[in-house]
Amino acid sequence: MTGPIIDIDGVSKRFVKSLDMAERAARLLGANVREFVVNAVDDVHLSIRQGEVMGLVGESGCGKSTLGRIVAGLYAPSAGTVRFRGRDVAALEGEDAREAALKVQMVFQDPMASLNPRLRIDEIIGEAPRVHGLAARGEIGAYVEAALQRVGLDPAMRKRYPHQFSGGQRARIGIARALAVKPEFMVCDESVAALDVSIQAQILNLFMDLREELNLTYLFISHDLGVVEHISDRVAVMYLGRVVEQGVSEDVFASPNHPYTQALLAEIPTFEAKKKSYSVIKGEIPSPIDPPSGCHFHPRCPHAFALCRAERPPLKEIAPQRYSACHLNDAT
Amino acid sequence: MTALLSIKDLRTYFFTDDGVVKAVDGVSFSLARGQILGLVGESGSGKSVTGFSLLGLVDPPGRVVGGSIRFDGKDLLTGGEPALRALRGKRIAMIFQDPMMTLNPVLRIDTQMIETVLAHDNVSRTEALKRARDALVMVGISSPDERLQSYPHQFSGGMRQRVAIAIAMLHKPDLIIADEPTTALDVTIQAQILAEVQKLCAETGTALIWITHDLAIVSGLADRLAVMYAGRVVEEGETARVIERPLHPYTKGLIASVPQGKTRGARLQQISGMPPSLRNLPKGCAFRPRCSRADEACLEEPALEEKLPDRKTRCFHPWSLDDARDTRRQAPSKDGMAETTT
Ligand SMILES: Nc1ncnc2c1ncn2[C@@H]1O[C@H](COP(=O)(O)OP(=O)(O)OP(=O)(O)O)[C@@H](O)[C@H]1O
Ligand SMILES: Nc1ncnc2c1ncn2[C@@H]1O[C@H](COP(=O)(O)OP(=O)(O)OP(=O)(O)O)[C@@H](O)[C@H]1O
Ligand code: SF4
Ligand code: SF4
Ligand SMILES: [Mg+2]
Ligand SMILES: [Mg+2]
Repeated sequence: MTGPIIDIDGVSKRFVKSLDMAERAARLLGANVREFVVNAVDDVHLSIRQGEVMGLVGESGCGKSTLGRIVAGLYAPSAGTVRFRGRDVAALEGEDAREAALKVQMVFQDPMASLNPRLRIDEIIGEAPRVHGLAARGEIGAYVEAALQRVGLDPAMRKRYPHQFSGGQRARIGIARALAVKPEFMVCDESVAALDVSIQAQILNLFMDLREELNLTYLFISHDLGVVEHISDRVAVMYLGRVVEQGVSEDVFASPNHPYTQALLAEIPTFEAKKKSYSVIKGEIPSPIDPPSGCHFHPRCPHAFALCRAERPPLKEIAPQRYSACHLNDAT
Repeated sequence: MTALLSIKDLRTYFFTDDGVVKAVDGVSFSLARGQILGLVGESGSGKSVTGFSLLGLVDPPGRVVGGSIRFDGKDLLTGGEPALRALRGKRIAMIFQDPMMTLNPVLRIDTQMIETVLAHDNVSRTEALKRARDALVMVGISSPDERLQSYPHQFSGGMRQRVAIAIAMLHKPDLIIADEPTTALDVTIQAQILAEVQKLCAETGTALIWITHDLAIVSGLADRLAVMYAGRVVEEGETARVIERPLHPYTKGLIASVPQGKTRGARLQQISGMPPSLRNLPKGCAFRPRCSRADEACLEEPALEEKLPDRKTRCFHPWSLDDARDTRRQAPSKDGMAETTT
């Protein structure tokens, strides 16, 4: 095993919603507006090794995209450091910073918002490779066509604008654009969510092939546990901004340690030709604006005891390569 | 049962610089009040454009070139723009695949939601705000008071999807077209939303078209399924029966490629071949180049026909009742399936 390519060291991100002038005025008049802080990412440590796929799972709003954006250098962390090949990304300057930004690419969850609506697809995909000299001037056309073909898009579409594509086609344009700059590290944020099983399989196979060929490393964010289990070597489980469990994929899926991971895995939907009756979530869904004390999971945890309300359980190594943040691991 | 919505042979084409894209080219299905129809098919098969066509949202160079859409007795295609605009939003709501098509980036969520309520009901602002708050809770958004005061970009991707769903539900429409509304949501939240959706349909008789590529979800939710391939409906029928015994070779391949069990690291099953180019479809049946049952007959174009009671398909050689036995558990049958090399 080689050393980490990305090292996330004690990273936090807080979003502060302060009041604008109109809101301050409204508050004087008795309106119910207040300042608040969203603790989107809370003291996360994660090392990702060259050539591996690190899965990142957790419920909607738990901070996955925010962490991904920090790793890709798009958000500055409120605390902590991200190191790319051992060097603090925030401290890089000039050429080094440009280089790092190019080598770490992100495929965004929301492709429409990340594609310039006024550019044609060949410009969107070909721009960076041209600027950075990854393809010779005369070969850009062929380069873009190859990039489109790899993600299952008809190169004849290359003169179209983003809005002229279907949702799944746009998602693949985002993937093609990121891959076109020959990155070393990819943050894939729900990159296959909009794809049907057949195209999804093609893209996942492509990711695996590129890993073999180019030793590409991935942080793979997905709500789809089946896909994460399929593609990840290791997996990290987030809950309300914190990593609560981490380990080798096979182990975590076979025997989840943290009660939240256990609950998550119990919910994997089965494919049955039967109409189901879905049920509403019981109890209050916790919020990163007003997180529960101690272990964030305690209001929903079937095993919670007094200590859980009072103290945050640290992420501890409970077996080789296996980490979990739960007080139960101390109580024997 | 009289249908609330009945679509016959709908065709929507885009006349682009480099040819005519026949995005929708023969879509037919109908839907009764309170019913849920799952509209499935691969990426680019025309699901969203079908939804846009229903709402009259197809912009030039695109145009509905044929077919009919009847909604509650009225013809939406000949009704003219003003009539359609009145219906849209009031009686038909769409949850767009991209939530930012619903949300205004420069307005706070409370403003947007209150306006939606006030556009439909004559209530006080306080009452409207309360309804907005309840709707957020319904789709699993915590700290609703603070979230109401936020802008769309301050939400996570899945939260934006949920806000868009909440807004559609505020309309209390007769028909909701939900375009991949839960793609990025985890199972718990998904179940919460599906529960609310089921409740809405059962209690208020709202009909629902649930566009998705996720068969696992739709099989548990929809009463009926319509399967699209290359702009056409190729199979239609009651959900359980379609899943248990698919008639069309494409449907069968689709069901067989749902990832299941232990596949870690292995290459996934794909339907062989590439999705067709809509500007240049193969002659006859569009699925022919990828179909293991194809023969000369398939060089003609098959029509959507009732091959079994209440089971329509667009295929000359549908799987008969005998060999179409539960394909999911007998996975080894590799018909129409192959690994691709990419
Ligand atoms: N404005 C447009 N101009 C030209 N072609 C278009 C336009 N909008 C859509 N198309 C094409 O029409 C076809 C159908 O698109 P549609 O968005 O309906 O697909 P979809 O089934 O919703 O796919 P997805 O699951 O990927 O969202 C696609 O091939 C798309 O490229
Ligand atoms: N720019 C921002 N300003 C304020 N709050 C933000 C911002 N971006 C994200 N947040 C908040 O941070 C939290 C985490 O958001 P994030 O997008 O990382 O979640 P996620 O895990 O990716 O969820 P999803 O699965 O729904 O995409 C959310 O509560 C969100 O509202
Ligand atoms: S620390 Fe306590 S509340 Fe948290 S997961 Fe463990 S047992 Fe449950
Ligand atoms: S009509 Fe022929 S080619 Fe088309 S799906 Fe049926 S058997 Fe296959
Ligand atoms: Mg996200
Ligand atoms: Mg679509």
